[in-house]
Amino acid sequence: MTVDVTPAELYRRMYRIRLLEERLLDLFATGALVGTTHTCIGQEANAVGVIAHLDPERDIVVSNHRCHGHYIAFQDDIFGLLAEVMGRVDGVCSGKGGSQHLCSGNFYTNGVQGSIVPLATGMAMAEKRTHGDTVVCVFIGDGTLGQGVVYECLNMASLWRLPLLVVCEDNRIAQTTPRALAIAGDVAARATPFGVESAAYATTDVLEVLDAAGAAVEYVRREQAPYFLVLETHRLRAHSKSDDTRDPVEIAAMAAEDPLLVLAPHLPDAERREIEAEAEAELAEVAAAAERSPVAGRSVTGAGAPS
Amino acid sequence: MSTRCVEDLNAALVEIFETRDDVELIGEDLLDPYGGAFNASKGLSERWPDRVLTTPISEASLFGIAAGMAIRGRRPILEIMFGDFLALGFDQIVNGISKFREMYDDQVSVPLVVRAPMGGRRGYGPTHSQSLEKLLIGVPNLTVVAASEFHDWGALLHAAVDSDDPVFFIESKIAYGKPARRPAGGYVDGWAVRETPGPFPAVRLSASGFADDQVTIVTYGPAAPIAMDAATEMLLEDEVFSEVLVLGRVHPLDLAPITDSLARTGALVTVEEGGVTGGFGAEIAAQVQSTSWSDLRHPVVRIGARDGIIPSAPGLEDEALPSVADVVGAVERLV
Repeated sequence: MTVDVTPAELYRRMYRIRLLEERLLDLFATGALVGTTHTCIGQEANAVGVIAHLDPERDIVVSNHRCHGHYIAFQDDIFGLLAEVMGRVDGVCSGKGGSQHLCSGNFYTNGVQGSIVPLATGMAMAEKRTHGDTVVCVFIGDGTLGQGVVYECLNMASLWRLPLLVVCEDNRIAQTTPRALAIAGDVAARATPFGVESAAYATTDVLEVLDAAGAAVEYVRREQAPYFLVLETHRLRAHSKSDDTRDPVEIAAMAAEDPLLVLAPHLPDAERREIEAEAEAELAEVAAAAERSPVAGRSVTGAGAPS
Repeated sequence: MSTRCVEDLNAALVEIFETRDDVELIGEDLLDPYGGAFNASKGLSERWPDRVLTTPISEASLFGIAAGMAIRGRRPILEIMFGDFLALGFDQIVNGISKFREMYDDQVSVPLVVRAPMGGRRGYGPTHSQSLEKLLIGVPNLTVVAASEFHDWGALLHAAVDSDDPVFFIESKIAYGKPARRPAGGYVDGWAVRETPGPFPAVRLSASGFADDQVTIVTYGPAAPIAMDAATEMLLEDEVFSEVLVLGRVHPLDLAPITDSLARTGALVTVEEGGVTGGFGAEIAAQVQSTSWSDLRHPVVRIGARDGIIPSAPGLEDEALPSVADVVGAVERLV
């Protein structure tokens, strides 16, 4: 399946995600933000390539702790996300959810590994009952494969033929634990005994992801049946803010496959620079607006309610 | 009224299915002719095959699946075969179901009913006899309803399904086979009855007609008949008048009927079938020492299961679970 989206537009979508997440890391590094965040820097091709095929009015995205890229790709709402992470009243959940508990329209995230897969499965059940042409797309990571509910849900989604697309973004590391210490056997093959179609790709080229995801989304929409799509990728930054235990040499090698670098030759340099400048100006404006939004909760004076 | 509580429940499920097409029943072994392990769901799958979903043994996922359905506009009723198996769903319950509405800033609601049979005295042993609802008490944003043999099970279930927020509907396993003891002319077995207003009423039974009772006994679910038998024994043998308050909702607590009763009696015994540590009675005791300090003439006494497992052998099970004699002993200390 093809969608009408140019390399320049794909670049723009990925670059806006990158820019926002770099800003978030800066804000945490300078102490301007407290709490936690998990960036998808290096993995943007997945969010953009998969979600290009989804319709925010009709389809559903369920995501995890590393959700910013998915959110922006699906809802195009940098302000709501930034204000949320900054704890402002104009955040998408008024500051209650924060970085990893977002909800807007047909987009939902939760921060517990694995728990989102049953949720997405239930949503697929409801949508199949009420609509019949919806795709529910849930993003998990390789670390999530340690959770038993993933396999319970592959079983039920197949048994009941639910329109569930499970996208496993395999960055080969779960927080600090390398895949070799957590995962036995083959990742994509895990879907097979449940009768779930699957495919695996190792690429950070958004054009390749776009093609792979197109086929997967079309299958789920047409067949109203589950699909397990594995996208091997690179997490170029820490799990969270500063907890990266990997060898810098290893990270530098992965950075050569940065999806922005991979896509850059597909558009003229001048156009690329223009996209970058526009995105930077947009973020500056959005960040200033988020800064003006009132801080959530400052009227609360005490933590405990006496009783 | 001679129908058994499980039949009342089943009739309510049928009425709900007849009147609402957004309600679905999901759980294990639901299909006819079986209709669920306690037959509460009998007859539903034959009439509504598309709205009764029998599932694999995957409780950890089923709670999340039901939540996902609820967020997307369905009204699932999740039947858990034994309440003990709630333990399998605790991530979904605590980190999802209870949180979604508030953490998503009221953009979603989770109109989900979880039906779970609880309680012992059927010899099912340590993992099929517990009263685990105390683990739900204190989880914010959950409603925990307890159907006892003094309640109108159908009315409670209708109210649970009508709720826009998650309701855990705890069914007393030993009450399934008994007829509900509902008031006729304002009395049950000669005891005056009042019910609190609201969807999940507390049933108040007073030997003195709410005049000069000497002790308040607060209970719920499968412990209610124990409390009532003890109160009856005290009345007949010692002429001790008591008010027995059978709560219909155990979380969040509605303290008003308890403080109202304590203002007259000044003495409180709580009776639950689960263990008392960190439980139902503990929460009530904490709250009434704040609201009713000047009314209390005695320390609150909590009666519940011994700490430990609920053994399988009937004699051992009886030793573990609270008895009529335990409640009588507690009341005797207070009056």
